[in-house]
Amino acid sequence: MHISITAETLFSIFAFPVTNSMIVSWAVIGVFVVLSFFVTRNIQSIPRGIQNCMEMVIEFILGMMDSVTGNREETKRFFPLIATIFLFVIAVNWAGLLPGTGTIGLKEIKEGHEKLIPFIRSSSADLNFTVALALISFATIHITGIISIGFFKYASRYVTFKNPLDFFVGILELVSELSKLISFSFRLFGNIFAGEVLLTVMLFLVPYVVPLPFMALEIFVGFIQALVFAMLTLVFVKIATVDTHH
Amino acid sequence: MDEKVKLIEESVKWAQYLGPGIAMGLGAIGPGIGIGILVGKALEAIGRNPEASGKIQTVMILGIAFTEAIAIYALVIALLIKFV
Repeated sequence: MHISITAETLFSIFAFPVTNSMIVSWAVIGVFVVLSFFVTRNIQSIPRGIQNCMEMVIEFILGMMDSVTGNREETKRFFPLIATIFLFVIAVNWAGLLPGTGTIGLKEIKEGHEKLIPFIRSSSADLNFTVALALISFATIHITGIISIGFFKYASRYVTFKNPLDFFVGILELVSELSKLISFSFRLFGNIFAGEVLLTVMLFLVPYVVPLPFMALEIFVGFIQALVFAMLTLVFVKIATVDTHH
Repeated sequence: MDEKVKLIEESVKWAQYLGPGIAMGLGAIGPGIGIGILVGKALEAIGRNPEASGKIQTVMILGIAFTEAIAIYALVIALLIKFV
């Protein structure tokens, strides 16, 4: 049984290590690019086939975002980022369920015993990926807040000298921002990595019919975690733009 | 003296298996209770006002993700202790 908390490197390009989770995310990007190219080549007013499917997905995301923002204008403004986060994360989460995950790979000899380095590993089970996504969300939230309210008004939420109570509330808000960063990345990482470990152990114990409920659970968890990441980003962006107390 | 120290060292090696177990076990108590309360209140609210069930469901899923994250932190620590 082979479990490693860091993604294993397959090869290096001029001293830049390429891990298996990186390859999976490139493959997912390639699939999305090719799919969107073929779907938008011949757009018709009355959709059929794959275009219909894509429109269903887009309408679902727009509906979810409308329930948070409240008006279509704001939804359309933030749609590219939120939809990208949602679709990319859900595709990468479900890529960890493909047959061959954790089993098909290269055999290498390290420190005396043989180790298997699998080709497929979900990108969200790699802490680098989730921290990068969390940083992107973090940057979007603050930059959007600064753009819409103005730098000094936005900074006065965190560092203010009007009265001592507000000063301490500002410090608490700073700490809570940091904890948001950690919580974003670890929530996604922990869920998906724990799911992979669970599946590895289950398939190791009983390879045939028994792991099926666990795979269903993993499909559901992958969907929910992508949804939660995108929705939380949207909620915090909305709070950052609307919040003008005092 | 050296042998005694080695003997003591050898006999405490079982503790490395206990660490992750305790970390995850204790860390799952709080979020478990929290999610139970959360979903209970959500069900009550849906029972009182079935028309608002869509909104209630959305906020409930968000709340569940937040509380579950705490359990996931405990899980990550347990995995770190075991595998790193």
